[in-house]
Amino acid sequence: MTHQQKLMQTHSLNPDLWVDAYADYLFNYAVARVSDSEIAKDLVQETFFAGLKSAKNYKGDAAERTWLIAILKRKVIDHYRKINSNKGKSEVRMSYNSNVDAEGDWLEEQVADPYSLLENSDLENEELGLAIQECIAKLPKKQALVFTKKTIQGISTEDICNELGINPSNLWVIIHRARTGLMECLNSNWF
Amino acid sequence: MISCEKAAKICNKTQYKEASFLEKISLRIHLLICKNCPQFAKKNTAFTSLCEKAKLRSLSESEKIEMKQKLEDISK
Repeated sequence: MTHQQKLMQTHSLNPDLWVDAYADYLFNYAVARVSDSEIAKDLVQETFFAGLKSAKNYKGDAAERTWLIAILKRKVIDHYRKINSNKGKSEVRMSYNSNVDAEGDWLEEQVADPYSLLENSDLENEELGLAIQECIAKLPKKQALVFTKKTIQGISTEDICNELGINPSNLWVIIHRARTGLMECLNSNWF
Repeated sequence: MISCEKAAKICNKTQYKEASFLEKISLRIHLLICKNCPQFAKKNTAFTSLCEKAKLRSLSESEKIEMKQKLEDISK
């Protein structure tokens, strides 16, 4: 790549930072779709592998996270293809144009789409979850770590303090900074 | 009368149900008198319900370390 091309590139890839920056974000996206955390975790890992493999095709026109989500979407679809073919249904409807005279309502079939989320509220909550994860990823590392342990994993104050070698006062200061940072980051229309 | 800083700390503790009875009372009194803190307390509580509603999930530290390891192995 020439120097000029590098300059024109607005985004770049930093695979070393992927797990810390995006693993939870991608995991939340995947778990909402496959509803099995082990499978979701595998899909995230596969996404990172695929990202690494095709890093040279990355043109830098999308943000790293958007690019990784696009890969994960493919992985989720592949996962459902595999399940379908295991059931002996190796054919997956690819397009509606190929069988124009098929009976049935297009909309009805869309609703039966296995990848679609079942309810609107699920969709909204998922969007909210991703927005929060996105904001967590923007926090300083220590704040993100403590907030995640305390709020998402529900680990007790005592255990977190022991693990990180901090005292409860430190912990509450970190939590305070994390929470105010997140509230600021989170778009005001969520409140 | 507790300081705003102290009130914020108790408010945060309340979000994780870790404030003591006395702390909760002193926070209540502070919120009655203080001009700025009620807004923070309200938003902070709203944020807690947002986090609950979002059903946030995360991978554990060991799972992330394992992921990093696998990524390193494959890029060798």
